Amino acid sequence: MVHFMKPTPLVQKKFITPGVILLILLAVNGLAFLAGRFLFGIGGVTNLNNQYPWGIWIGVDVAAGVALAAGGFTTAALGHLMHREQYHALVRPALLTAMLGYTFVALGVCIDIGRYYYIWHPLIMWNGNSALFEVGICVMIYMNVLYIEFLPVVTERFIGRVTMKGFLTRFNKPVDKLLRALDRGLSKVMFIFIIAGVVLSTLHQSSLGTLMVIAGPKMHPLWQTPVLPLLFLLSAIAVGFPMVIFESMIAARSFGLKPEMETLSKLGRMIAPILGIYLAFKIGDMFIRETFVYLTTFNTASVLFMIEVFVGVVLPLRMFLSRSVLKSPVMLFIAASLVVFGVLLNRINNFVVAYTPPYSFGSYFPSIGEISVTVGFVSILVLLYRAAVMIFPVISVPDKSLSSKAKYTIRG
Amino acid sequence: MNKLDRRSFFKTTAVLGAGLTGIAASEAKAGPKNILSPERMGVLVDTTACIGCRNCEWACKTAHDLPTAPIESYEDRSVFEKMRRPDETALTVVNRYDNLKKPELPYTVKVQCMHCDHPACVSACIVGAFSKEENGAVVWDTDKCIGCRYCMAACPFQIPAFEYHRAIGPKIMKCDFCSARREEGKMPACAEICPVEALTYGPREELVRIARDRVKRFPDRYVEQIYGEYEVGGTGWMYLAGRDVADLQFPKLGRNPAPGVSESIQHGIFAYFVPPVSLYALLGALMWITKHRTEEEEA
Repeated sequence: MVHFMKPTPLVQKKFITPGVILLILLAVNGLAFLAGRFLFGIGGVTNLNNQYPWGIWIGVDVAAGVALAAGGFTTAALGHLMHREQYHALVRPALLTAMLGYTFVALGVCIDIGRYYYIWHPLIMWNGNSALFEVGICVMIYMNVLYIEFLPVVTERFIGRVTMKGFLTRFNKPVDKLLRALDRGLSKVMFIFIIAGVVLSTLHQSSLGTLMVIAGPKMHPLWQTPVLPLLFLLSAIAVGFPMVIFESMIAARSFGLKPEMETLSKLGRMIAPILGIYLAFKIGDMFIRETFVYLTTFNTASVLFMIEVFVGVVLPLRMFLSRSVLKSPVMLFIAASLVVFGVLLNRINNFVVAYTPPYSFGSYFPSIGEISVTVGFVSILVLLYRAAVMIFPVISVPDKSLSSKAKYTIRG
Repeated sequence: MNKLDRRSFFKTTAVLGAGLTGIAASEAKAGPKNILSPERMGVLVDTTACIGCRNCEWACKTAHDLPTAPIESYEDRSVFEKMRRPDETALTVVNRYDNLKKPELPYTVKVQCMHCDHPACVSACIVGAFSKEENGAVVWDTDKCIGCRYCMAACPFQIPAFEYHRAIGPKIMKCDFCSARREEGKMPACAEICPVEALTYGPREELVRIARDRVKRFPDRYVEQIYGEYEVGGTGWMYLAGRDVADLQFPKLGRNPAPGVSESIQHGIFAYFVPPVSLYALLGALMWITKHRTEEEEA
């Protein structure tokens, strides 16, 4: 017996839980330090200086943020480009994560740049040689594509349900009409945006790797390689599905739903080959450049590199190859979390740990302010995600009344 | 007429393609100025002639309207006990290193922007604020700058500094080779004030000749290397030294321009938009094929 899944707003659930209260506190703490950044400048709350220009706001908020939002384009490619219908239930949650993720990447950039009010400059002041320019433009456009991809969810929620009160009542009909027109128009052109989303993602995921290539010898040889863009792209693709598993299991747990093990284990089966390709390139590059010699010395760089590769890639790769892991919710969650951790650590390593300035007066470690802002942003993101799945039909729940599958195929 | 129409059609299609795939024209020449004039100027720093009077530090601050103590206070030699770096308050600094052959005559080394021939900052800057001028200076447009500090991450000599403690309008600061002064026909402030002619200001090609000549004539005084002649593709400021430049804390750099690899990757990925547009077409085809396949299966 096939049960039909239908994206449904989780309206009947409670928003406030002990976990949510903790997240709110972390968010407020982060915002307090953020206020300090705007009052006293970047130096006021961060440990950044002329030796270490970039810290965790770039390494985590921006670089890791972009990578961990890769579930958006990998599931879109799987569900929409390859038309694998059984994964449709995963597309919307991944899309929402990507949309919120990229919004916070943009916010992260905004607070890290010294002149945040000039954030629009790259739109009209071009430098085609700059990898950062390419990343900036791609991320900006992709963020808009993600919003457009999410629009059908909004129209689905409100068509036939526009009930504004008071003097706004008279607008109910026109707004409903507008939504219907938007819905019709979007369903015809959505394929353009879906393909564009995948192309834009491959472009900026790889260009993010090009960013540090120009730093040359300032970057530790374990990470500095001309194939960085390829490694970044492969690791982003590799972290896409694990991130989807990671977040759907957390969401299921938090809302007391049953995780969709059947779909998730099928998705999990695809992870091992992708991780394998990434690992092959990473190790191959290491042997071609003979950088394994740096692993014989015991220091922060070599230890973190080993953790990144063994805990973040090799171990989950082995786990995803095992049938029993794919069937067990706990093990599947652990394996997915390890990949997420591995890519997060990889981005931190590339942007923060690997960076060794020729002249330094001490090493960089993020300040309490930097950590607070980063944690605060993640907390706000989770809170917004929670609110969004309660308002909009994002998470699929079994629907017994549903008889026809065709009724709820996702547009595009 | 017909021809023109066709051209404009191609233009529109190209713009549309760029818009669809969403990358701004990397080949469009809206980028920063990057002139490598054969007459570009440079400075030859003879670290064996420098006496460490630090008058250049004072002159630099005065010329750039930076707050400074009176020139007499620069006689204080205790600052040499610590290695210093140029920052947002001092665009050039002088450091002291031991002279192994003659301990009574230590070497002093002036540090500032090297004004590379192929600058990493010009290539890296997200808004193209940096440019290499015809006169050899690497300058930047503060009004364009968004404060992203990518120039700092990119610079192989770790030169650009940032006003971290300014909440509004923090600036990138570095030596601008007195570009504005030189437009008025004056010398760079540091080279003008130097009492021992440790700083020779002139056309770069000429300076290379002078440097080679000095190294040849005084082999006891100098090591063979002219630092900056070939480093990262050549720099506008070059150094003569009495001991291995690594001992004077100059970074060891290859001969390839710093932005070389990243630019070839960047232009490889975006070669006239062919790769992104082909990827777009490929994915479109994939989408169409799989759609028809699933429809057939369902039918």
